[in-house]
Amino acid sequence: MIALVCLYGAVTALPNFLSEEQRAALPGFMPEDTLNLGLDLQGGVHLLWGAQTEDVVNARLDNLADQIRDISREEARRRDVPREQRVTFTDIKVTEASVTARVRNPGLTEQARQKLIPLTQSQVGGGVAPVLGGGVQEVELERSDDVFTLTLTEQGIEIQKRDAISRSMEVMRKRVDPTGTKEITLQPQGSDRIVLEVPGASDPEEIKNLIGKTAKLSFHDVETNLSPDDIAKGRLRPRQKVLFTREGQPIVINERVIVSGDDLIDAKPAYDRGTPVVSFSFNLAGAKRFGTHTANNVGRPFAIVLDDEVISAPNINGPIPGGQGIIQGVGNIKEVNELSTLLKAGALPVKLTVLAERTVGPDLGKDNIDKGSLAAIIGFVGVIIYMVLSYGLFGLAANVALITNLILITGFLSLFQATLTLPGIAGVVLTIGMAVDANVLIFERIREEQRSGAKAFQAMERGYGQALSTIMDANITTFIAAAILYFLGSGPVQGFAVTLGIGILTSMFTAVVLTRYILSTWLKRKRPTTLPI
Amino acid sequence: MLLKLVPQETKVNFLGMRKVAAVLSIILVIGSLALFFVNSLNYGIDFKGGITVEVGYENKAVPLAEVRELMGTLNLGDVSVKQFGSDRDLLIRIERQPGGDAEQSVAMTNVRDRLSNVFPELIYRQGNIIGPVVSEELKRDGVLSVTIAVLAVLIYIWFRFEWQFGVGAVVALLHDVLLTVGFFALTRLEFNLTIIAALLTIVGYSLNDTVVVYDRVRENIRKYRKMAMEDVLNLSLNQTLSRTVMTSVTTLLALFALFFLGGEVIRGFTAAMIWGVVIGTYSSIFVASPLLMFFKIRRESMVLDEEDDPTVDKSRPSQFENF
Repeated sequence: MIALVCLYGAVTALPNFLSEEQRAALPGFMPEDTLNLGLDLQGGVHLLWGAQTEDVVNARLDNLADQIRDISREEARRRDVPREQRVTFTDIKVTEASVTARVRNPGLTEQARQKLIPLTQSQVGGGVAPVLGGGVQEVELERSDDVFTLTLTEQGIEIQKRDAISRSMEVMRKRVDPTGTKEITLQPQGSDRIVLEVPGASDPEEIKNLIGKTAKLSFHDVETNLSPDDIAKGRLRPRQKVLFTREGQPIVINERVIVSGDDLIDAKPAYDRGTPVVSFSFNLAGAKRFGTHTANNVGRPFAIVLDDEVISAPNINGPIPGGQGIIQGVGNIKEVNELSTLLKAGALPVKLTVLAERTVGPDLGKDNIDKGSLAAIIGFVGVIIYMVLSYGLFGLAANVALITNLILITGFLSLFQATLTLPGIAGVVLTIGMAVDANVLIFERIREEQRSGAKAFQAMERGYGQALSTIMDANITTFIAAAILYFLGSGPVQGFAVTLGIGILTSMFTAVVLTRYILSTWLKRKRPTTLPI
Repeated sequence: MLLKLVPQETKVNFLGMRKVAAVLSIILVIGSLALFFVNSLNYGIDFKGGITVEVGYENKAVPLAEVRELMGTLNLGDVSVKQFGSDRDLLIRIERQPGGDAEQSVAMTNVRDRLSNVFPELIYRQGNIIGPVVSEELKRDGVLSVTIAVLAVLIYIWFRFEWQFGVGAVVALLHDVLLTVGFFALTRLEFNLTIIAALLTIVGYSLNDTVVVYDRVRENIRKYRKMAMEDVLNLSLNQTLSRTVMTSVTTLLALFALFFLGGEVIRGFTAAMIWGVVIGTYSSIFVASPLLMFFKIRRESMVLDEEDDPTVDKSRPSQFENF
């Protein structure tokens, strides 16, 4: 049993001491996982993002209001029923968590209810994640007199938020790691946080630029019949709005979206007459709409809008039927590359902001490993020498246990894919110091028993027996501290808690079971009358 | 000949020193609290929010004064620039910028841009931003975790021993935690997230020590039913003394290796641990044990408990007996 545990530990720890080629050559049944190095040892960027998930809720409410407007408009256009029989709505308002709408003809409330019920059954995220919404009522419909209220339920809001987080993570992955070759980590934290770790990265700005933008792209018709004076005074038609180009020039656009980023299937950097541009292609529906618009508006400009900024407003020289085109005026090749990646990854469903940031340069990470391991080795050697000086042969047994313990810790850390951080190394060093405590307790007890006249085997027996309860108590209390650290700590502190906790468990095994086995084997063979301790 | 730091059998009258120790401990605790309230702690950005940047040159000294001057022109409020480990490394700390999380990022970009403009060869070794939301949470979690740890320990000891032992152990723990906080208020070492980890480890370590002594006290109470409490405690402390010293020395050996060789990042942590090991050892001898006298233990109940205590070794078959 003892040999089995030690062997298993050795096998799981083994990959850490081999080169990559040797690891690849290992037979299939051997574990190949190595220690997971934390960012402080490896170098890289750690970013904690906060998602403004309220945005999703607001967007959902706006969307509900739009749907009611659509119903109303459609009804108003019906020619098969008299005007007073058409179910139309007025006073459509979005409040904090609900949408209200009044029925124009108070006699039609029941028909109106029938029209609104389908809205309460819509899926989450525009049908992207129907699994999440399965069987849950997302919207509640209430009526008082002729006013209907659609309210998002707690559950509905929760689902919206969770869905937004998981979609955001998908978009983040595509943006930061478009080729899928970096080993980035993305983890949700709580209901509105996302942790992103990019090992090996050294410039957090680059990553923040990629994620800080929502990258909402849309194409709009440009209003050309207004004078600068009209624009300055805000004399606009309904559903028009003033946006600015990067140079600060105002442009009036019609809010109706011709095509949006959702219709893009590809975007890549290209050159057009020597200047870098983003070349894109639409899906079928997008291509059709874009083709129709360009065919009907030859000679007029249209605006390409990214996150409420007009990137360019080219003139339509002729119909563009193939669904392909270029975006000019993006900037230099770096900006073009960036925008292509963003567009290809799609828009973020929520705005994300950095709550905390940690960057460790690659050479500092190496430095930390070097210093940490040096300290660990020196501490280890010091303890080993001290144990032999103090307990002689018994100290040797304890040292065998200590080395086994280190191998076991490495093995378990690799096995569980726990992350080793610099405080984690400190945890290992501390375990070295404390692991011998169990042996010290036992050996001191044996000495005592021997002094009070016990024979060799008796002293040994009582030493182990009496010390056990103390060792248990002492280790359980330290383990409690490690467990609390793990559950309440974050990042590097958790790394420390993991190694300390694993170290306590493995040291109980090696210091008590393993040394007992070694010493009893020795005792049976030599049969001394007194113990050399 | 084996090395023995403590002679085989000692007869130190630890309990005789309990009044001196009590006065000393009370003075230290009050002093620590006073330092904490007057001086406060040098909180790191983990708890205060703000920005740190570590920059350095590959193999030459960084011009401290010039970097300091440059930082002064950036209008970022309270900025400190210090050498970090060696003169090739500088640590720049910038106070939390007014506004929200976005403002912190802007300030960081500003600092990096200016630094690389003026000192193009400067290597950006590490950078941290902790926004206002996260720092508040970390502070709350830190206080919470130490409190929960102390309570969990109280419950465990109470369950394993008697309530007097639980209270004794917890008073000793609070003593250690307060003195460590005082140590940080006095030395102005940075108090950050890793120090919370150190505090909890000190709690674990000090408790370890206390439990070992208490275990022996319980055993001796059962063994010597007529002995005066003071003598039982003294006997127990002397019996465990050589173990206490051994373990402290091995742990300190490992810690000093970390302190001198482990690098600047964990120096604060190891300093706290070294202090904690010394204080923890002191408190289990001079605080936790005398408190047992103070609380008056009902000995009968402890003797009775022995019958049902599963950890008391009564008749376990031995692997040493088959000679």
